[in-house]
Amino acid sequence: MPEQDPKKRINNFDEVPFGYDEQTAIAEAKRCLQCKNRPCVDGCPVGIDIPDFIKEITEGDFEKAAVILKNKTNLPAVCGRVCPYEEQCEGKCTLLKLGEPVGIGRLERFVADYILRKGEKLPKKPVPTGKKIAVVGAGPAGLTCAGDLAKMGHSVVIFEAFHAPGGVLMYGIPEFRLPKEIVRKEVEYIEKLGVKIQYDVVVGKTISVEEILDEYDAVFFGTGAGLPSFLNIDGENLAGIYSANEFLTRVNMMKAYKFPEYDTPIKIGKKVATFGAGNVAMDCARTALRLGAEKSYIIYRRSEKEMPARNEEIEHAREEGVIFKLLTNPIRFIGDEKGNVKQVGCIEMKLGGPDTSGRRRPIPVEGTEFKIDIDTALIAIGQSPNPLIPQTTKGLEVERWGNIKTDEQGRTNIPGIFAGGDIATGAATVILAMGAGKRAARSIDKYIKSNKQ
Amino acid sequence: MVPQKIKVSFCMYEILEKKVLSDAVKLMKIKAPLVAKKAQPGQFIILRIDKKGERIPLTIADYDRKKGTITIIFMEVGKTTKQLGLMKEGDKILNFVGPLGIPSEIENYGTVVCIGGGVGIAPLYPIIRALKQAGNHVVTILGARNEELLMLEKEIDEISDEKHICTDDGSKGTKGFVSDVLQKLIDDKIKIDIVWAIGPVIMMKVVADLTRKYNIRTIVSLNPIMVDGTGMCGGCRVTVGGKTKFACVDGPEFDGHQVDFENLMLRNSRFVDEEKHSCKISGVE
Ligand SMILES: Cc1cc2nc3c(=O)[nH]c(=O)nc-3n(C[C@H](O)[C@H](O)[C@H](O)COP(=O)(O)OP(=O)(O)OC[C@H]3O[C@@H](n4cnc5c(N)ncnc54)[C@H](O)[C@@H]3O)c2cc1C
Ligand code: FES
Repeated sequence: MPEQDPKKRINNFDEVPFGYDEQTAIAEAKRCLQCKNRPCVDGCPVGIDIPDFIKEITEGDFEKAAVILKNKTNLPAVCGRVCPYEEQCEGKCTLLKLGEPVGIGRLERFVADYILRKGEKLPKKPVPTGKKIAVVGAGPAGLTCAGDLAKMGHSVVIFEAFHAPGGVLMYGIPEFRLPKEIVRKEVEYIEKLGVKIQYDVVVGKTISVEEILDEYDAVFFGTGAGLPSFLNIDGENLAGIYSANEFLTRVNMMKAYKFPEYDTPIKIGKKVATFGAGNVAMDCARTALRLGAEKSYIIYRRSEKEMPARNEEIEHAREEGVIFKLLTNPIRFIGDEKGNVKQVGCIEMKLGGPDTSGRRRPIPVEGTEFKIDIDTALIAIGQSPNPLIPQTTKGLEVERWGNIKTDEQGRTNIPGIFAGGDIATGAATVILAMGAGKRAARSIDKYIKSNKQ
Repeated sequence: MVPQKIKVSFCMYEILEKKVLSDAVKLMKIKAPLVAKKAQPGQFIILRIDKKGERIPLTIADYDRKKGTITIIFMEVGKTTKQLGLMKEGDKILNFVGPLGIPSEIENYGTVVCIGGGVGIAPLYPIIRALKQAGNHVVTILGARNEELLMLEKEIDEISDEKHICTDDGSKGTKGFVSDVLQKLIDDKIKIDIVWAIGPVIMMKVVADLTRKYNIRTIVSLNPIMVDGTGMCGGCRVTVGGKTKFACVDGPEFDGHQVDFENLMLRNSRFVDEEKHSCKISGVE
């Protein structure tokens, strides 16, 4: 797919890939073999009828293609951009064995963008059931669950702590990968289905779970994995050291890249080091370049092979000039006399035998300590579930890392309370959060119907 | 369908009342029924004035559950507080979320000395009231640079058993710092069970250094830079007892003897240049 030139794009926040035009989309769709056994559908966590929507593209009926997509996903323009397709649908594509798989993700994006531009018809208004459901968190899990419940005729309110919807889609994933306008439009569609979003409500603080249950027939928690992890090394509270969450929220949600037009500032200097090598880390390192960093490092303690980010993201980062310092582990931050970070002390690592995660364990190589000059450090080594909801919901069962315990249907141990997405699985993906939201919507519907007073 | 009990307000937050306490210090009562219903002494809110605004934390200075209002008192120091100061009764604030943070631990301690410095007097007010109601003997020390900057004197006088005032320039009360007054109370052998100190970081540090010597438990309320206020960004992290804490969810009140005040001062000056620039170009300088 055509993309913005790396040299140009590091100076703007515009989206990197341009997307297919109609001809290219149709040509790409025609490559699909329409396999009878549909391996791609198995690869999709929400089971989109992939060959069917692709078939409609070959016939030029993009609207019908969109209807097929929307049967299974409420956020196709988002998924068509950020899903790890190479591991999912495209990873199962028969054509992969012969070379290039069908560009399923790109086709999804094409159809979703087409229908967003064109404006889409709402499904027929369902018969109201008179039941009220509260959804906590307007991330992909909550939005999906709310949208599906509204389609079933329930009245749904989403309580969101922030002033904007989307969760990570809005505050985490950068504009150049997922334009916020797209997120806004997909959310608008969900609102048109009848979902109300009430911002500025921190459940557990502004209102309690008990109060919600007093008034609603069921509640769904989609509160995500928002708690940032730190390295816990010396000097980590020096000025100039941010969690990925703080950095990305300032830049994406608060639009610090447009400071001073927007009031939220960010300051990064010339040399920026990002710790970690997942999608979040790539987003940080690439954002830093766009904010004017001359050197943007990824510092990671394992090797290239273990990097958890999607290949496409690593490739993009590399093209843009991100410097990868692999097999390198930070041991302390060093500050200047004013308390700003100025260096990070590191040690070289080598890989030993496999650890519990099956990846080879990194081991420090003695006597290899060295320092890197930096102005800013971004810590992107993971997030865990936000503890507020588990702490304030009496009797709610959680697992070891603080995730809310649920079964396949999204049921928690308390009747009427459901959960899904990152809060239940730990930090995962948009599509998995969506899938969990969908399953929970079905089981909430079932619960309410079986609970008829 | 709009639920009845949890009044869902799909609207902005109106400024019902505004008072100018001094040139740079303003008081506002904001309509925010959900927040008012839950607010407790020691907690704070985060607000965002408009679509391009930043999110800033302000401590709750008072609340009226019946009227559904929250009182905030703020000093105009940066772009947002200056802009807020220009707003009028009837104007609306776009976002207003809370109550955040852990409420003050109110119980009957015996004799409590409550020390407020500058705008720190505002958040101290509901705490004094609650401590008094809990049966404590409350001694207050209010300090400010000058008489102009002293606030809520009358209100606090009414609920304190004993009140001391000091100003840096001597324009009101004794000339000197709150810590001088505290030292005198200690020298006078008054038995102090606990101290609450809220004000500029340096004031809290000086008070904590003093009470540490006499082993008097001291609570301080920290005001680091925040973004979300829900534990999601870690921008508000402070070092307490050698450990990293998030002031928005673990605080804002902490044991003053454990707080690393130097680190707090430093982290609070992270964006000083940007703030100046922002004020300059937006004309609120
Ligand atoms: C920088 C970054 C890049 C990523 N890149 C990708 C990618 O390329 N592809 C991919 O598939 N996944 C990616 N992910 C992961 C993906 O974004 C998440 O798995 C997904 O967003 C989880 O959805 P969720 O709905 O469970 O939670 P979230 O998106 O975290 O949403 C939770 C929402 O709940 C709100 N909330 C929390 N607590 C409360 C409360 N007490 N009261 C009210 N509201 C509350 C939050 O404000 C938030 O809006 C990325 C994540 C990050 C951080
Ligand atoms: S303000 Fe973001 S974690 Fe406290």
